[in-house]
Amino acid sequence: MSEQTPVRGIVVAHGELAMGLVHAVRRIAGDAADALVAVSNEGCSPQKLSEDLAAVAGTGPLVVFVDLPTGSCAVAARKLCQNQEQRAVIFGANLPLLLDFVFHRDLSLQELVPRLLARGRAGICCSPATDPHGDPALSGR
Amino acid sequence: MAILLYRVDERLIHGQVLVSWGAKFQPQRIIVVDDQLATSTWEQELYALGLPEDLEVTFANVADARVRLPQWRADARRSLLLVRDLETMRGLARGGALSGERVNIGGIHYAAGRERVLPYVFLSAADRAMLEQIAAENVAVVAQDLPGSKAVALADLLRP
Repeated sequence: MSEQTPVRGIVVAHGELAMGLVHAVRRIAGDAADALVAVSNEGCSPQKLSEDLAAVAGTGPLVVFVDLPTGSCAVAARKLCQNQEQRAVIFGANLPLLLDFVFHRDLSLQELVPRLLARGRAGICCSPATDPHGDPALSGR
Repeated sequence: MAILLYRVDERLIHGQVLVSWGAKFQPQRIIVVDDQLATSTWEQELYALGLPEDLEVTFANVADARVRLPQWRADARRSLLLVRDLETMRGLARGGALSGERVNIGGIHYAAGRERVLPYVFLSAADRAMLEQIAAENVAVVAQDLPGSKAVALADLLRP
């Protein structure tokens, strides 16, 4: 069993999306969702949003999940994690990667982040397959 | 006119601007006028990260922007000009530099001393005075967060 501090997660997104994603994780994963905190940018100035994130960031390893790679949530998350070895930002948050996160928080950030990116990308696919032998997302795999 | 939107928004480059106003105007360039950001390369990088590769971002301080305004307007590229506060827009508009233009108030959030006017606009007495000063430079001032939402006239913003 790993002795390192489990990674904590913040979901920061537009409107009520962060709360919705964390709620969905809780419905599927139960108490494991306690590792995730939801933060919304609704009605927040950039300064207020940065303060809200800092208030829940803690001191241990952290992944900040953001909906869009640009915009106020992205800028605040990047500021929070800049020059912090034990913090990472992942953009394009979706349910598959958040679910994987809550069950693999004991991994190191170096192992965890690539794993989550792969899970998140694998969760995007279509049916029926439009490209069965090419892009996995288009093959429905 | 190559500058299609002059907007006051504390968040500067963000979702509403990129997605909604971006869909309406299809900008090729975003101009951010801000004295502090113009001196901070790392913060400029924060705002520019993740933007589409074909979207140019220019940062300038107010003094520089006032000099370059005629050039930006004459440029054929479609541009959006963003500032984060009313003081910056007032500085830009001073002396009739924005005469005949329309300034969009897109996001001024709550802070101590400010009262809610719209869900996305909170104003102090000083803010109201600056809005009047901007309008006095022959600038049409309206509040409108998204292209599809109702534009709110200055008189309604200033109504007690």
